[in-house]
Amino acid sequence: MLTPKNTRQGQRARVAPAKGGASHSKTGRADRFKAWLLHHQITAVESLIRLLITPVQSLMTWLVVAIALVLPTSLYVGLENVKHLGSNVENTGQMSVFIHKRARPEAIEKLSKRLLTKSEVARVELMTPAAALDEFRQHSGFGNILDSLDNNPLPTVLLIDPALERADHETLARLQKAILEDPIVEEVSVDLKWVERLNQMMVFAQRLVLALGALLALGVLLVIGNTIRLAIESRRDEILVVKLVGGTNAFVRRPFLYTGIWYGLGGGCLAALILAAGEAWLAGPVSALAELYQSNFELQGLSWDASILMILTASGVGLMGAWLAVGRHLGQIEPK
Amino acid sequence: MTFSPLKRPRLSGPCSTTENNHPMIRFDNVSKRYETGYEALSRVNFDISPGEFVFLTGHSGAGKSTLLKLIMHMEKPSHGQVFVNAQNLNRLKQSQVPHFRRNVGVVFQNHQLLFDRSVFDNVALPLIIAGHQHTELARRVRAALDKVGLLGKEHLNPIMLSGGEQQRVGIARAVVNKPALLLADEPTGNLDPALSAEIMELFHQFNGVGVTVLIATHDLPLVERLQKRVLTLGEGQLIHDGPKGATIANAGMTGEQILADS
Repeated sequence: MLTPKNTRQGQRARVAPAKGGASHSKTGRADRFKAWLLHHQITAVESLIRLLITPVQSLMTWLVVAIALVLPTSLYVGLENVKHLGSNVENTGQMSVFIHKRARPEAIEKLSKRLLTKSEVARVELMTPAAALDEFRQHSGFGNILDSLDNNPLPTVLLIDPALERADHETLARLQKAILEDPIVEEVSVDLKWVERLNQMMVFAQRLVLALGALLALGVLLVIGNTIRLAIESRRDEILVVKLVGGTNAFVRRPFLYTGIWYGLGGGCLAALILAAGEAWLAGPVSALAELYQSNFELQGLSWDASILMILTASGVGLMGAWLAVGRHLGQIEPK
Repeated sequence: MTFSPLKRPRLSGPCSTTENNHPMIRFDNVSKRYETGYEALSRVNFDISPGEFVFLTGHSGAGKSTLLKLIMHMEKPSHGQVFVNAQNLNRLKQSQVPHFRRNVGVVFQNHQLLFDRSVFDNVALPLIIAGHQHTELARRVRAALDKVGLLGKEHLNPIMLSGGEQQRVGIARAVVNKPALLLADEPTGNLDPALSAEIMELFHQFNGVGVTVLIATHDLPLVERLQKRVLTLGEGQLIHDGPKGATIANAGMTGEQILADS
């Protein structure tokens, strides 16, 4: 064969004159590339067929890979949903400005107008003590007790709706500080604490997902590596014959690498199916629960992009596992 | 169907001017000692010219297989140098070994066939490895199977064939890549005399078109009948190198004498 390699050997022949001597028939570079490409295709299909011939055994491996993928991915999906929920609440978060009892109505009016000029503020609603008492009486169920009070204990409150696009955590905190500086303001209440806690929990949970994902990816790597090791053992005779008739390491490696890819790809697809089924199963109860809270929140599944990324990652991990196994075990099989 | 590629001399091409100046195989003071301390070969020297037909004989354990393995680069010599087609195998890089082996056809006593695929696929394996196109590949495989008389059985699994037929599949696989050198380790080991003669005739035909043939065997009647050059090993040493089969018995005695002396 006048392979690219043999051509190089031919050039070396100046030192060792007849190395190329045993090369007789010629195969063009383009033909060899086509044959190489074709062998890749054939190997890919053959490796898949090999897996499908033993469906139960292959399904077991696919399931192990899928479960290892579903665990961190479902956690991630849950996290994304909580984040979504959190941002919804944050965006509609109202701010309550409690005014000193002795503040004059003109001062309150002035403050209200000044607040409206701020870009962070979308709407200001004045709630007089009487109106507040009314609302409290209606919603709290303590109407009788309130009636027995001599005077109205509630202060005047300005309810501020922040502008939606400016309603992030920092802006709200800054606005709160600015309003507090006004002398007639006694207190500004904005429920930032739980948003803050939620954010911190998110950071924690995200790291947890990452750590869990990394651990389980390592698990997938080892499972596929071990499965490939068994496949190598069971094809020992074939490997010996291939090496005896001049198969390169790349040639011997190829079917096992494709097997690894198929294990990862199959496991990834199965995981995507399991996640989709899980979402369908949980979507009903979640939206029913959301309705009870007067929310139109809906469970978000794994997006198409994320699903494809997950499947590709699994295939990559499969390839890596196969590569590790092949690297460790193929060198030990040499014709003796 | 003819087996045209084998009809022209093997050793053609740009290096042909030097072909006649170097042996196909040269053993230069080669010793092989295994890790266990067992010395399979000691200080073996011989040359085999391109186009020669040579038998390698000796009692079992004399080092025949080791010698073939050294030529295939399955083992490395502990001492000395092995040249195949002027290539010093000691200097062969690991990455060059596969390409080196593609130019050496090997026939094994136990055939080394793969029973998970057809006769055709077994014979096609060296061509697939070498990266041949499908049409070229099918043509060559059929030509090789035709040569060994198994053209009608290409789609069978080798397990359905007789021992002699399996051996012929092994031979077809060894020659399908048109190697310049053909090695055989006890190719007639399990066959009756008539089948053995058939197999030998095949090797003879390949030799007739220029292939260098080296056959390790202990089938002495066959060796004597063919009147070819014979290398005889005894206790790891080359104790006979000559053309006549008749001297093998004497050579064997020499071997025993050496044993007695040591």
